[in-house]
Amino acid sequence: MRAVLTVVGKDKTGIIAKVSTFLAERKVNILDISQTILEDYFAMIMLVDVGGASVSLSVLADECAEMGKNIGMSIHVQHEEIFNAMHNV
Amino acid sequence: MFNTNEVLETIDMIEREHLDIRTVTMGVSLLPCIAGSAEKTAQNVYDTICKRAENIVNVTRELSREYGIPIVNKRISVTPAAVICAPFADKAPLIGKALDNAAKEVGVDFLGGYSALVHKGMADYEKTFILSIPEVLAGTERLCSSVNIGSSKSGINMDAVKLMGEVVKATAERTAGAGGFGCAKLVVFCNAVEDNPFMAGAFHGIGESGTVINVGVSGPGVVQHAIESIPNADLSDLAEMIKRTAFKITRAGQLIAREAAKRLNAEFGIVDLSLAPTPARGDSVAAILEEMGLGSVGTHGTTACLAMLNDAVKKGGVMASSRVGGLSGAFIPVSEDIGMIEAAERGSLNIDKLEAMTAVCSVGLDMIAVPGDTPASTISAIIADEAAIGMINNKTTAVRVIPAPGKKVGDEVNFGGLLGRAPVMPVHGESAEKFINRGGLIPAPIHSNKN
Repeated sequence: MRAVLTVVGKDKTGIIAKVSTFLAERKVNILDISQTILEDYFAMIMLVDVGGASVSLSVLADECAEMGKNIGMSIHVQHEEIFNAMHNV
Repeated sequence: MFNTNEVLETIDMIEREHLDIRTVTMGVSLLPCIAGSAEKTAQNVYDTICKRAENIVNVTRELSREYGIPIVNKRISVTPAAVICAPFADKAPLIGKALDNAAKEVGVDFLGGYSALVHKGMADYEKTFILSIPEVLAGTERLCSSVNIGSSKSGINMDAVKLMGEVVKATAERTAGAGGFGCAKLVVFCNAVEDNPFMAGAFHGIGESGTVINVGVSGPGVVQHAIESIPNADLSDLAEMIKRTAFKITRAGQLIAREAAKRLNAEFGIVDLSLAPTPARGDSVAAILEEMGLGSVGTHGTTACLAMLNDAVKKGGVMASSRVGGLSGAFIPVSEDIGMIEAAERGSLNIDKLEAMTAVCSVGLDMIAVPGDTPASTISAIIADEAAIGMINNKTTAVRVIPAPGKKVGDEVNFGGLLGRAPVMPVHGESAEKFINRGGLIPAPIHSNKN
């Protein structure tokens, strides 16, 4: 199962390092990363595979949201299908 | 890989523009519950609902976390109870109690289907059932009731219309301590649909399968934001933008509906794409109409704006899913929409204008408080007018008015939560009693003869 992880917030050092370490600890495999800076804002989108993860998608979503709060970023993890459904005809 | 803007747009819709799945509603057939006695039937009803819907709360919570989209309400609709109670209509309140208890047990916020379909004629057992509605709504918490009194195919049952005026009044009086709150759980329909997931008018039609998941999606804030983003667009472009937005919202709903149905061992029924407002700012249909260029909802031009909005929403929804159903369109409940409340307070929105609006949008006169001394015959006449609009235009119309006991024009009734607050609006003082007392059937319109 694949999910989309988004990180949005004010740019600072070490965001990718923190997020990818956090994911590695939970055996979440990163498939693709795209990252942009919109004005001062950092926006990163990761496509991840949670098939082999040590936690369920819903738990991962909650933990990532919590971790985001700790580092002052807004982090969402959502099943990829929501984006496919809404943006593809 | 995903387009960054599309991903961020989705997150913005959810975080800032109130996009949500307004309701996941499980339709449950109660036909197999009918037994030899009211007591046994009530037990079967309770057991069936508790079994079928035992996981609805957990499953929707899990889906909400996985897909990152809020699911606001979990609800149940059941076979019209008048059918279940037919052999023992005098004991219908027992079934009402069982339904309410089951709703509490499984943790849903409302259960709809304390309903009767009497659009062409009313049997004695149906009349007995309908007369139990005030007592049952006063004595239960989560149970909702609806009565269908007309259809484009059959005409309008004016005997039922007369009765419902009295039932609405009696319901208000039975729940006078709560501002007539019982009436917020009672809808009078013309052309009621069998797969509506929204309350208070949801019931599970006789033509439906055993267990079905219907989902209601909402997002007035998303549509308003989309319109804001093109402030100088002409109306064709605006309609296009609304259509595209409705498409995306419907797709989100369909995804959740399919997944919920799978996990709950039910059939996927329909997605109802309705712009259902809440009293929260930024979640208002009135605000969409005002964003289109009206000084206040209710002024001249309102009907045209609403017609365009409603049609564009339907077109986007139909493109997104081949299982669009329910009421799909824009809702205009007064108490549940901060823009409507404010327009009513400043006098730019009245019942006559709302009635005109219902000719071009989804449903009807919804959550409108009227003076407590409004005669039952006037309420019946309001119902008849609304039903006539539905019958002639081949659309669903409904009346959910609250004759707030002891209140007069200028007062306010506060129901709290999603039901909001309603300024008491004036009704015409001239009597319609003679018309209502005539009874009989308004014959089906000429265009019903299509066979």
